[in-house]
Amino acid sequence: MNARADLPKAAVRGAKAPTLAQDKPGVAEWQLRLYVAGQTAKSSAAFDNLKRVCETHLAGRYTIEVVDLLVNPRLAAGDQILAVPTLVRKFPEPIRKIIGDLSNEERVLVGLDVQPLR
Amino acid sequence: MARTTKPAKTSAPEPTALPKALTGIQGLDELTEGGLPRGRPTLICGSAGSGKTMLAAEFLVHGAVDYGEPGVFMMFEENAEELAQNLRSLGVDLDRLQKQKKIAVDHVHIERNEIQETGEYDLEGLFIRLGHAIDTIGAKRVVLDTIEALFSGLPNHAVLRAELRRLFRWLKDRGVTAVITGERGEQSLTRYGLEEYVADCVILLDHRIIDQVSTRRLRVVKYRGTAHGTNEYPFLIGAHGISVLPITSMRLDHIASSERMSTGIAGLDDMLGGMGLYRGSSTLVSGAPGTGKSSVGATFVDAACRRGERALLFAYEESSSQVLRNMASIGLDLGQWERRGLLRIDASRPTLHGLEQHLVHMYDLVRDLNPSVVVVDPISNLTMERDDRSLKATLMRLIDFLKQKGVTAVFTALTSDLANDVADSQVGVSSLMDTWILLSNMAGNGERTRTLQVLKSRGMPHSHQVREFVMGDRGIDLVDVYLAGDRVLTGTARVSQVAQETAASDLRRRDHDRRLKELANHRKAIDAQIVALNAQADERAGEVAFAIERECLLADGVSTCSRANAQSRDVPPPRPRAAPARQGAK
Repeated sequence: MNARADLPKAAVRGAKAPTLAQDKPGVAEWQLRLYVAGQTAKSSAAFDNLKRVCETHLAGRYTIEVVDLLVNPRLAAGDQILAVPTLVRKFPEPIRKIIGDLSNEERVLVGLDVQPLR
Repeated sequence: MARTTKPAKTSAPEPTALPKALTGIQGLDELTEGGLPRGRPTLICGSAGSGKTMLAAEFLVHGAVDYGEPGVFMMFEENAEELAQNLRSLGVDLDRLQKQKKIAVDHVHIERNEIQETGEYDLEGLFIRLGHAIDTIGAKRVVLDTIEALFSGLPNHAVLRAELRRLFRWLKDRGVTAVITGERGEQSLTRYGLEEYVADCVILLDHRIIDQVSTRRLRVVKYRGTAHGTNEYPFLIGAHGISVLPITSMRLDHIASSERMSTGIAGLDDMLGGMGLYRGSSTLVSGAPGTGKSSVGATFVDAACRRGERALLFAYEESSSQVLRNMASIGLDLGQWERRGLLRIDASRPTLHGLEQHLVHMYDLVRDLNPSVVVVDPISNLTMERDDRSLKATLMRLIDFLKQKGVTAVFTALTSDLANDVADSQVGVSSLMDTWILLSNMAGNGERTRTLQVLKSRGMPHSHQVREFVMGDRGIDLVDVYLAGDRVLTGTARVSQVAQETAASDLRRRDHDRRLKELANHRKAIDAQIVALNAQADERAGEVAFAIERECLLADGVSTCSRANAQSRDVPPPRPRAAPARQGAK
């Protein structure tokens, strides 16, 4: 359904460390993309929260791509981004979106449809 | 406003005027006196299907194409393909405009069930997208088509409202002229109270059904800092897009031509001061069924085409071919003009559209064809069961429009057969007309007779007589008025009177002939008598002369003889028998 799966990696020029690719070469089981607008408190909070959730529940099975819309405004239309920060679950399909700074871990897990490990 | 105090600015023609951006929409620019407020957002609200998107799209397209102001169309409901299709129906190629970087389209789509909310967020993404689109093409105009869709997509309305307020502020700061559409609410202008944020200009669109005919109306609810028309104005979405019909802002400033043109009916031209109608005037031909209204209209069209002018005939009762056939029966070959492109017959059912729709259709055709003559046959059918008032308003618009274009118009109107109703039902529209020709049927003496009278004709002397009017196979003509004593005779009465008078005059002529002949004969007889008498007189004169001669000769002979006798006898000459005796006594 969504044609933007082939988004170039070059797009990832974020406020934070670009990609958290885990040891596995190939395609990660969970492909996540975080859209932010500049280095704001909300951006960093969202990234930190996301990283924590992923490390807790999806360790080694995920990639995070951070897109700064101030740098690449063109990319906003592709994933229908309105709110920032927005987390997009590109894979596994279907696409899901979580908006906000991801401070509520439970809701992030529901949004990503991840079974908590605990 | 502060700038107006500067001396340099006071010399400007309208220093305090609010800068406006033309919409390019017929009528809307007139009633807003120059368009929407430049650099400010305008809210267009209305219920579903009231034409919000169309109006917004036209504003953008006209800006991009006609006024060199590129625009961004941000849609929240339709997608780009649907918009392109809608615009294609108006003859706008959205793809090409996009390629020319005159218009940028962005479809914002939110699926509520795809979205999970956690923690704080803002709509910076929307700002970035819009800002990016504006920067890419250097947009001066922005359309946000039903931004209210966000309310159903985003659960946190508090954030949304704060962000919308920021968005409108931001649009103002960017200096773009924005149009925001909003769904009509039950209590307020818009369902989510957008009018709270957009305070500069609010336009309300309405779509209602009256007598099963839909009518769209537009009203400028508010327009801060400028004058504007406040009424409800009908508008339509036609083949050329939206047309608003702002009747009251139309000025009566058309130029009246003093040129005259023939109606095609010689007798009628005679009645109208001998020269026919003024060019650019409007004429009402009213009459009961079967009085020949359509034929008068068709004759008028025929006359125009004969002069090489273009004519437009709106037929609301007959199809085009029926008009051609029927008019051929009175010797008007309208088909030839149609083939030569001089005549266009537009036949449609009046119920096909609402009145306004008809009007815009007429506008479009008149603009396309640019005719010198327009005939509407009949206007009374346009109303059907609707009140006269709306017909009058529509006609007023049409007449104003035609007059401004210098088009001569003839409207036919059906009236009921009752004489006293004629003035009643027509009084509404007749006051708009320059000339009013009334056709009527005079029944009597076992027959009907068509008559024609000119009830009024502004600016020219015209006959007040009722004339009989006949339709033959060579068109319409008026019979010269026939007065017998103090009555105007028509129909059979006229014919029989003519026959009687012809017979009488024939008889008289013969009588005169006879008397003249008699006189001549008499003269001849007298002449003959004169000759005879002259001969008689001559004869008598000869006789007298002869007698005198003879007597003279005789007398001479006697005296000579007696003198000779006397000489021989030396006696005094003899005297006549009495005389010699008296001489001798001396």
